[in-house]
Amino acid sequence: MTFPVTADSHTLAAYRARGGYATFEKVVRDMRPEQVTQEVAASGLLGHGGAAFPAGRKWGVIKLNDDQPHYLCSNADEGEPGTFKDRWILENAPHLLVEGMLIAAYALQVRHAFIYIRGEFDLPYRRIAGAVEEAYAAGLLGAPITGSAFVCDMIVYRGAGSYVCGEASGLLTSIEGKKPYPRNRPPRLTVRGLYQRPTVVNNVETLANITGIVRDGAAAFRAVGTAKSPGTQLISISGHVRKPGVYEVEYGYPFAKFLNEDCGGIVGGGKLKCVIPGGISTKVLTAAEIEPLTLDHASVAGAGSGLGSGGMIVIAEGTCMVRLLQVLARFYHHESCGQCTPCREGMGWLHKIVDRIVAGLGEPDDIDRLIAISEANDGTTICGMGDAAGYATVGILAKYRDEFEHWIVHGRSKCGGRLEPQGAEWAIPETVDG
Amino acid sequence: MKELHAEFDALRQRFPPQSESSLVLPCLRRIQEERGFVADNDIDELVAYLGVPRMQIEEVLSYYTQLRRAPIGRWHLQACRNVACSMRGAEGVVAQIGERLGIAPGETSEDGRFTLSTVECLGSCGTAPVVVVNETYHENLTPEKLDALIERLRR
Repeated sequence: MTFPVTADSHTLAAYRARGGYATFEKVVRDMRPEQVTQEVAASGLLGHGGAAFPAGRKWGVIKLNDDQPHYLCSNADEGEPGTFKDRWILENAPHLLVEGMLIAAYALQVRHAFIYIRGEFDLPYRRIAGAVEEAYAAGLLGAPITGSAFVCDMIVYRGAGSYVCGEASGLLTSIEGKKPYPRNRPPRLTVRGLYQRPTVVNNVETLANITGIVRDGAAAFRAVGTAKSPGTQLISISGHVRKPGVYEVEYGYPFAKFLNEDCGGIVGGGKLKCVIPGGISTKVLTAAEIEPLTLDHASVAGAGSGLGSGGMIVIAEGTCMVRLLQVLARFYHHESCGQCTPCREGMGWLHKIVDRIVAGLGEPDDIDRLIAISEANDGTTICGMGDAAGYATVGILAKYRDEFEHWIVHGRSKCGGRLEPQGAEWAIPETVDG
Repeated sequence: MKELHAEFDALRQRFPPQSESSLVLPCLRRIQEERGFVADNDIDELVAYLGVPRMQIEEVLSYYTQLRRAPIGRWHLQACRNVACSMRGAEGVVAQIGERLGIAPGETSEDGRFTLSTVECLGSCGTAPVVVVNETYHENLTPEKLDALIERLRR
């Protein structure tokens, strides 16, 4: 979905100048809704929010003539630590999302579409809200499209600080004006979602791909990427890497080449210790493990982790994994919504135990306790947050157990207790914007 | 905040019919923008305006971290200390702010000008470390840039 950024690329005028909204207008004029869904299904487009569920299959569940309202929600809650790609779309290409959503709304016969954006986002909010207002003023929203009966309203809904809102059912509960407790499935959200009606929740990047797929056809989309992961993925890379930023990568691109060449390798000429490949809820991979991998879902999953949301965190040699887990445990503890006991209590226990180890008060059984608590979460909570926290914890403990044992036995870190790279001040001057 | 009702009415037009409940969060956000926090009488008025249970509004207010029931400092410094920011010096950022302003996370300075909070990932991992002041992101911070920022806010 190549989209060159210019100073005005977020405006309607600039977007129109590149052919923007021509696809949507053509769709409304020439295509039936089910044809659009067929094209998206044929493209093999995978969800870009982390779970990689095929978008066309999700859309296919919606029954067009069932005499009830359908809803579409764009998940712009982007809160998975390490992930900042949707922010890039919202800031630089908001009309790409609005047009994708309009096409999706037409395909799914949606009258009201929502963009749920996290409450902290400031510029991304102003850009997407501005784009929606421009679309209203241009008659693309809120009024029937010329020559058709299709009308769609679009609402930019701001969150107020909660990680769980990124979980699709929690997001819908939040739009309903409540605390965002996730819901048990079944029923699936495509059967009973927002206000108990059939609802499609798609990630921002997923929806931003729709216009290109419908314009150029499924075959053109499939010409890029791998058979199982067609197309491209936005990777947001951060941590101890020379050139952090957002990169669009063709699925199947070599992992190590991406890190060492495109992103410039490790800051300060250091060595790679490990990578969190797709947001902190995916398992950490060591430098040796990433060597043979390619950047697509099958390859990274084959190594026991996942490409997730494309939020890649690069960790240099010399970084203390106990301190790293302490940060993760604090985050999960803070963000647990409190609905399910194993997560509400378990996250607190994980946090307390890691804190205790760092304070030099760890007990010999603490590592096994951390593993037992993590495993007790797996499959026992309504949403996946508890599971994910457990995977991340077990992943670090399995590969860096010695660092935990060292801190418990000796009362101090095996590698200086640092999260910043060795010898660096807390500003890293050689960083270049990606 | 009855003066906001016209704005709320306009907002309501875009929502599906009978979705008053959905307006709780946008209304609370807007009230807080005006007043700096949500007061008891704001809740009373919102209960009357939207016709939703008071309990629902109280739950939303107590759940979401950005909403508050009491005023804070003029400048709200929110320092991220999640993974990517920690890997690029978030601890130093929090320590430096604390030292310059004499407040710990969660505290407000005596003159009521500054409140310091530590927050979780703000999506600035590639431009870490970050401090958000009220709504505005200040990214790629260095000790010098942070000092200059604090100086500007002090004026």
